Amino acid sequence: MNASVGLPRAFAPGLSRAQCAHCSAELAPGQGEFCCHGCAAAHALVRGLGLSAFYARQEAVAGALRPEDLPSAVDFASLAQTEADGTLSLDLMVSGLTCGACVWLIEQALAAEPDVLRARVNLTARRLSIRWRGDAARARALAALVARLGFRIAPWSPACLRATEDEEGRQLVRALGIAAFGSMNVMLVSVAVWVGGDMGEHTRALMHWLAALFGLPTVLVAGMPFYRSAWHAIRAGRANMDLAVSLGVLATTAMSLSEAIRNGPYTWFDGATALLALLLAGRVLDRGMRRRARQAVAELLALQDGSVELRLADGSTRAVPVASVRAGDLLLVATGDRLRLDGTAGNDVLLDTSATTGESLPRRIAAGDALMAGAVNMGSAFTLRVTAAAKDGSLAALGLLIEKAEQGRGRFVSIADRAARWYVPVIHAVAAMTFLGWWLGMGLTWQAALVPAVAALIVTCPCGLAIAVPAVQVATVGALFRRGVLVASATALERLASADHVVLDKTGTLTLGHPTLIEDPALDAAALRQAASMAHGSRHPLAQALVRACPDAPALDGVEEVPGSGLMHGDSRLGSARFCGFDDAADSGMSLHLAIPGQAPVAFRFADALRPDAARVVAELQALGLTTELLSGDGAGAVEEAAVATGIGPWQARATPADKAARIEALRQQGARPLMVGDGINDAAALALAHVSASPATGTDIAQATSDLVLRGDGLSALPAAIRAARKAQLLAKQNIAFSLIYNVVAVPMAVLGLVTPLIAAVVMASSSIIVILNALRAGKEASS
Amino acid sequence: MNALVFLVPAALFLGLLALALFLWTLRNRQYDDLDGAASRILFDDQPQKESRR
Repeated sequence: MNASVGLPRAFAPGLSRAQCAHCSAELAPGQGEFCCHGCAAAHALVRGLGLSAFYARQEAVAGALRPEDLPSAVDFASLAQTEADGTLSLDLMVSGLTCGACVWLIEQALAAEPDVLRARVNLTARRLSIRWRGDAARARALAALVARLGFRIAPWSPACLRATEDEEGRQLVRALGIAAFGSMNVMLVSVAVWVGGDMGEHTRALMHWLAALFGLPTVLVAGMPFYRSAWHAIRAGRANMDLAVSLGVLATTAMSLSEAIRNGPYTWFDGATALLALLLAGRVLDRGMRRRARQAVAELLALQDGSVELRLADGSTRAVPVASVRAGDLLLVATGDRLRLDGTAGNDVLLDTSATTGESLPRRIAAGDALMAGAVNMGSAFTLRVTAAAKDGSLAALGLLIEKAEQGRGRFVSIADRAARWYVPVIHAVAAMTFLGWWLGMGLTWQAALVPAVAALIVTCPCGLAIAVPAVQVATVGALFRRGVLVASATALERLASADHVVLDKTGTLTLGHPTLIEDPALDAAALRQAASMAHGSRHPLAQALVRACPDAPALDGVEEVPGSGLMHGDSRLGSARFCGFDDAADSGMSLHLAIPGQAPVAFRFADALRPDAARVVAELQALGLTTELLSGDGAGAVEEAAVATGIGPWQARATPADKAARIEALRQQGARPLMVGDGINDAAALALAHVSASPATGTDIAQATSDLVLRGDGLSALPAAIRAARKAQLLAKQNIAFSLIYNVVAVPMAVLGLVTPLIAAVVMASSSIIVILNALRAGKEASS
Repeated sequence: MNALVFLVPAALFLGLLALALFLWTLRNRQYDDLDGAASRILFDDQPQKESRR
């Protein structure tokens, strides 16, 4: 956060100089008020709508609001739905929302449209719902308005919906509300019994039955999530933490009922309901944290979700969803587009296959050869004849492979359940012996003997134990989320903490995954500027790399693009060697040439550069005691170079997806616990097989959906921090478990001897839980520092 | 003892009322966007659109 952000820009014109007035990105010297045309247009739009107050309120990260073009292939009009009353509605996923001000800006900008009836943004789910009256064709204009403000938008996909709609989570919240209500009301009468030593017999009976009136339904309804999980565990023939909780709560309730019937001195409904409320609160928080991570992953995926341009019989094209394309259909693949389906082309094509094979150099593929989905078109637009529909294609086959690999991983048992496996039998044995001891040994009635037995169950009822691990998880996952690490799976942290070996992919993981201009001191700065100006309007990956290398070059008007060859502006040409009129035998498809009449031609060469933090991250991983290796599908030269530059150790080149998966499998056979880091389609099987897996935010959708962790934000630098946080979390979880066990060592003998009253039980439970939670909060501090 | 006849039912009635309200807000999906709701209270002056509904 920058010092000038808190001030309204109108009052601090001098301070806002070095930043873009719309997106707050750093400005290069010589740029005026804005970093790009898009930002200037967005700023004018916001001001024109009278919404300038947005800039005083927003907390967006610098550069996050730079407008991009609307995804041209998406047919927004067909996504609009007609409601019963004749109005139209459209749901969009909006990326780039950071704070309430963004919500305000979008809602106000849309509300200013005369035909819009309602526009509402859900900041948590990143969902924008628009209702308007009139024509479905307006959908595109409304979506474009939001895009022009600088937010990236995508159709609201079923995956987004799955991440957001959380019926089980809502049931947990409902159960929490009921448990909280029940426990407070039961406590109301229980306190009266605890302190009312002079209470008459009848009044006490009334109090007991009042407590039962509220306690019984509460225990039955609010405890359902635990009973269900415990029942599943029993049917699978194992003990879990929920079984201990269920038995403790149900036994306490049954014993309290028997005490109420015989009008004993105390009932324990308060303990049972308070326990449920506390545990449910932990569950709700835990689930909420993971839901946020899942939503963020779904957001990343939705931005990659696209439709394809179907070529119709009459030669025109139409944007259609990938799922509706059948084998034999013809698709138009524009320059820079990713192939969504397998197929063949009628002419030679130049493809960047880094996502499917890991090769960093684009490959020329002859007409008629099979093209794999996932590659990016680096040459001119071509027509793809689809050979397999999405559900039969290579990506679907990969999906099956991943599913199988993930089933193997499902066998992982979390530390809490490992503790429960021996804890549950022990406490139940103790309770049973207490009951038998008092009943048969000391000659009490069976009802009276039940009291100390159940008291033992209550004080051992693993409140601290059950909350020990979730509390640490909530604190750690939340802190990691703020650092840009999305933890998608419940046991990911535990598995990450125990990883001892890192397998890294090269292209897109250690490297940036897109071409970067090779720095060359001999390169003429003026020529670079001229070339970048020409390249501004092109979607070709090399042209975009030029623009990135010289971002402050102004866009040039009147540039004509010759697809697959280059750009023309007057007599100047920028493009392949042949296009510029000379031969370059060494042209590998990773260079551009600038030819201006009367000047010497200039060549720009590109390479997939290492991430700036790659070497540091590898060193940090090694310092954490993990061994590292590089596994890439690229050629030996490039892989060796990257391995030496980062000091990673052993490396393997030309690895096929099957090789990668086999390597991970072999590591697991040897007893290692590999952490796989990869971004490509070719890494997905290895990611799914690995002990734990991570993928950078720039990775393909399949890699991200398969990974346990997604590293949002730039680079890999969050990975060592995540490992440290996971190890700290594991340590704290173990401390918490040890602590609650020590507590039991003190409390159980007291309960067995019949010394524990409901008041003491409540104090024991509450204090142990508070200590465990306070200890867990340290995890959050660690992870965010 | 007489006080209990009033106070206990009154307390329980109020509690049940709160529970009913909570379940209503839950069904109304008021907990779906907690982040948004937190900042929404700071918005002012919604532009008045003439009632078109």
